[in-house]
Amino acid sequence: MSPASRAVLDLGSLGLDRGGDVLLRRALAALPANHEVEVRGSSPDLALHLGALCRAGGHALCEGASGLVVRRGTATDARWAGATRAGRADARVSGAVDEHPSARWGVAARGALVEAGAPAFDFTLSDKDEVWADEAAGLYAQAAAVQWDPATAIAWGTPFELSDELEDAIVQIMTYLIENETAALQVPARFLGRIHPHFREVMQLLAIQAADEARHIEVFTRRALLRRSQLGLSSAGGQASLLTLFEEPDFALASFLLSVLGEGTFLSLLWFLHEHAPDPITKDVVRLAAQDEARHVSFGLAHLGRHLARDPSLYRRLALAVERRHDALRDTAGLNGEVWDALVVVAAGSLLPADVERGHGAVVALSQQMSDKRARRLERLGFAAAEARALSDLHTRNFM
Amino acid sequence: MNTLLLGAVAYDPKVVTIWDGFRSYFAKHGLDLDYVLFSNYERQVLAHLAGHVHVAWSSPLAWLQVERAAAVRGRTARAIAMRDTDRDLTSVIVAQRSVATLGELKGKRVAVGAADSPQATMIPLEHLAANGLVAGRDFEVVYHDVLVGKHGDHIGGERDAAKALASGAVDAACLLDGNHLAFSRDGTLAAGKTHVVAQTARYDHCNFTVLDDAPPQLVARFESLLSAMRYDDAEVRPLMDLEGLKAWAPGRTSGYATLAASCERFGSLKPLLDQAARELPVRA
Repeated sequence: MSPASRAVLDLGSLGLDRGGDVLLRRALAALPANHEVEVRGSSPDLALHLGALCRAGGHALCEGASGLVVRRGTATDARWAGATRAGRADARVSGAVDEHPSARWGVAARGALVEAGAPAFDFTLSDKDEVWADEAAGLYAQAAAVQWDPATAIAWGTPFELSDELEDAIVQIMTYLIENETAALQVPARFLGRIHPHFREVMQLLAIQAADEARHIEVFTRRALLRRSQLGLSSAGGQASLLTLFEEPDFALASFLLSVLGEGTFLSLLWFLHEHAPDPITKDVVRLAAQDEARHVSFGLAHLGRHLARDPSLYRRLALAVERRHDALRDTAGLNGEVWDALVVVAAGSLLPADVERGHGAVVALSQQMSDKRARRLERLGFAAAEARALSDLHTRNFM
Repeated sequence: MNTLLLGAVAYDPKVVTIWDGFRSYFAKHGLDLDYVLFSNYERQVLAHLAGHVHVAWSSPLAWLQVERAAAVRGRTARAIAMRDTDRDLTSVIVAQRSVATLGELKGKRVAVGAADSPQATMIPLEHLAANGLVAGRDFEVVYHDVLVGKHGDHIGGERDAAKALASGAVDAACLLDGNHLAFSRDGTLAAGKTHVVAQTARYDHCNFTVLDDAPPQLVARFESLLSAMRYDDAEVRPLMDLEGLKAWAPGRTSGYATLAASCERFGSLKPLLDQAARELPVRA
């Protein structure tokens, strides 16, 4: 290469140990392999360090009459020769989200150029059909925009008067809600670590759902302890029902049981509590929780709807999952009796027989409404009306 | 004999990863290679001479040790391959700003790495001696004996020497050129506080060594598979990165003259040669 056609990098007084190496790499990157750059500069260690850098980088250093000349080696090109682009960052671009992302893309950002030879990660949920929903990005954005601070979103100091019976009923309901929200946090979180990060929006949405549940647990606990030093009862039957969610290893089935059927049912419960809340603080905590839960249900419906459209055999598996769970819980008590009673008392507003009768009627109506809405969600997923009704009736008596 | 046995020194836990990886690579290409790790180069040299391994990954000092001990026994050693990064290294003597020239090190304290480190001790001390400054007579040597027996493969001693310079505990320190760059870049040596007062002549570093009784076909296959390793092969690139090379180069022995002169001057080969005489007596 003639000196005239050679690139020149003038570092001035900048040493290769003080950032000059960055400029050298950029100058070399701009050249094809075996092309040369003349390096000029007044740093006393320039030649010394250039020798060490060239040796480590696979470049040749030619010292001669024309100064320090570096001939670019092939190692940098060789490193990136087999690299692949891991989809595209913007999910809206056609083909951006791969159907089966490579295990070797690992935790690389979607859209990054990934060096060949990266280790394979063991993400077991790596098929787009299993986890993806186009709605995930929008739901995540919505969730991020409406995150609320438990310390300030609720006016904890608002004065109110409540009878002991009603306060006890609220404490029991809060105890029950905490238990169920703990399951709603942990069950998806167990899948979160198995989802290929290529499905970034789904990963983000599940993460923010977990954060939602963490806040719900906090505000329910705080409400329960507002005027009591202890929480209420936790029944073996209720826990048995929730355990079946933890024991479901399939993401589609677990998310069907939890998000569509469980959290869907919970939505009715939370709005029921909002309607009958005997104090402003209970009213606020259940309202805020219900708004979050609605997004969780929406995502469950969206990704299962997409999955079912691509794999109709999933219908049968979903139905079997409901039946299996029902069979497993056949001999358990279902809803904690104290929770049922507490709901009746809260809806009644007092222990006067006439009020209790009205409260009881309201809770029975709530159960019916829960069942109707479950059936409607199942129909939205494409189940025939009769099957939707039958499956809805098999749902756990524990609501979640 | 269908297995090629290779000896290497375990100077760092990553050595196991490296040789397991190389072993898989060779197995995939039909060469059964197994490796034996030694805690120090001297034991590896003796095992090599005793025929326990066929190929040894030798430090420059280990190369001189095995070559000389083999010659005593009428045998020959051959360097068959080395990393591209084993060629044309230099070391530097870095001093406080108050020391303007090499000559001003007289009566001063000079930090070096481990006593058996070619790059951080033996070659720089030879350079100083060739310039009229003999260690112990003209200046005090401050050793940083981290993992003696590893021949300076462990960077710890060299870093300690640089730290001693930075703290003002010594007047100068001897470092590999690449480590001078690394320690300047990471701030171990603060900008402008020290300066290079001498740079040694170029020298070579490690090589794969065989003795004249190594199985020729296995060694030939080993050489050919080594040279076939390519940096654009994603399977072997991580191993090449760990071992610090972009390509394997043919072995050459022209780059060990300064170290040989140092050994001659300081009698550095004698302990190993004496040990070999005791453990592996030369038959009349």
